[in-house]
Amino acid sequence: MRALRAPKPLSPPPRLPAFFGYGRPVRTLLHAHRSAPALWGLAALALLAAALEALVRFGLVPKLVVAAPTETVVAIWRLAAEEGLLRALGATLLTAVAAVAAAAAAGLPAGYWLYKHPRFGLAYRNWLGALFAAPLVLVYPVVLVLFGRTYASTGFMGFVVGFVAIALYTREGFAAVSPTLVRVGRAFNLTPRQEFWKILLPAGAPMIFTGLRLGTIYALVNIIGVEYLINFGGLGFLVSETYDKFDTPGMYGAIVFVILVSGGMLWLLKRLQTWLRPA
Amino acid sequence: MAAPGVSARRDAALIRVLTLAVLVALWEALGQTRLVFGEALPPASAVAAAVAREIASLSFYRHLAVTLGEVAGGFLLGALPGVAFGLAMGARRVLGAAADPYVAALATTPKIVFLPIVMLAVGIGPGSKVALGAISAFFPVAIAAASGMRAIPPVFVRVGRAFNLRGGQMVRMIYLPALALPIVTGLRLGLGVCIVGVLLGELKLASVGLGFLARDYYDQYDFASLYAVVAIVFALASLANGAMSRLARRAEAHR
Repeated sequence: MRALRAPKPLSPPPRLPAFFGYGRPVRTLLHAHRSAPALWGLAALALLAAALEALVRFGLVPKLVVAAPTETVVAIWRLAAEEGLLRALGATLLTAVAAVAAAAAAGLPAGYWLYKHPRFGLAYRNWLGALFAAPLVLVYPVVLVLFGRTYASTGFMGFVVGFVAIALYTREGFAAVSPTLVRVGRAFNLTPRQEFWKILLPAGAPMIFTGLRLGTIYALVNIIGVEYLINFGGLGFLVSETYDKFDTPGMYGAIVFVILVSGGMLWLLKRLQTWLRPA
Repeated sequence: MAAPGVSARRDAALIRVLTLAVLVALWEALGQTRLVFGEALPPASAVAAAVAREIASLSFYRHLAVTLGEVAGGFLLGALPGVAFGLAMGARRVLGAAADPYVAALATTPKIVFLPIVMLAVGIGPGSKVALGAISAFFPVAIAAASGMRAIPPVFVRVGRAFNLRGGQMVRMIYLPALALPIVTGLRLGLGVCIVGVLLGELKLASVGLGFLARDYYDQYDFASLYAVVAIVFALASLANGAMSRLARRAEAHR
């Protein structure tokens, strides 16, 4: 009997560029590759756009109601070149930045204060939770009465929702810090300042950041919505204005742009959160 | 954290009552003196009187009925497809992954900006508010149903198969108990945004409904009545949210 010999190691297969699963059988490409669902999504979107284009071109859907996708894309370009799309984007983003900065400046200390004073925390926690779930945007007529059609109104509507989210999550973030960690800090005779910077803040940071992320998204969305409702400001105003001018492609362009900005902000903040704290 | 004791709860209740009293007193004082906002901030007592006036008037209930009908229609038209689409997204991995970014982006978008499209499509009447409510309700329901479906442990499904359960039995004994809570939670969020969608639509452009009523008072500079309608709307929305929360707790208890 011949001695068993280890088989000669096979040379590794030549490496192919892993571009969309290049070199794999098509069947696995469509199902298994990481980017396959994204391709399916894009394909479905393209198909939908083509169908819409055909419906509008053949006059099956009135042009005044639905803009053909190609016209919408052209209209976005026109809005950017002639009708101040970028200025509107800037106005909306600046309002949102100011609102979120103010909401953080008020909400972070408020959340910490509610954590440090448990009786007040207990008293106001449910209120904050109720406000967080409440349709705060419905009070915009009151804000409109108080501040008029100004950036103060749109900014304030962003501030309110941002503040509630940030204060609530900051309190919950500190309250969820393990008491063991705090006791360890006390055992090391940390000063209150050290306890805050070395124990509470690092341990509470993920939830606090979630509050900042939600607050930012809610503020941005509320600001765009109120801009549309009161015909004032940035992107929301542009949607309202194009509708009033019967500029259907421009209106679709502005709405698509709003979707891109909202989705883009969501994506950006999620990336930022994972980048700051890899799971 | 330990559950708060009896004395802490009593203190918290006291703090709440005192806070409310201070806020109302401050509001009343600012309103009476017209120091900060002038005519724009009517005193609390005037708003309370306006609330009583609204509740006693017959036309208020006509507007309320229209708004409730729009909310009910929008909720049904948005939530049912939302549940179906969400379950499909959760059950089919490729569909879920393909649709996820679009659903997430659209869910984040302020739905009110779709109002011009629905007004062009179905006119400026109650139909446009129903449509906006439906668009609003669809996304949270779909997202909750999808994540609920994904969260069902595969072992549950395998156990069901091992017992040779038929399709209907699988739904009744495996899927429904596991999905009840996420779907009810999604419905709660969906109802909330549906109410918001309908009312904002009415505030923007309508001839009937609570949103229109608020708008009408605004145009007449009758701010006390405007504040009253906003307060009533806010209270009704909170009531709806509270009722759905109770439903969610019952769904959780049945798990």
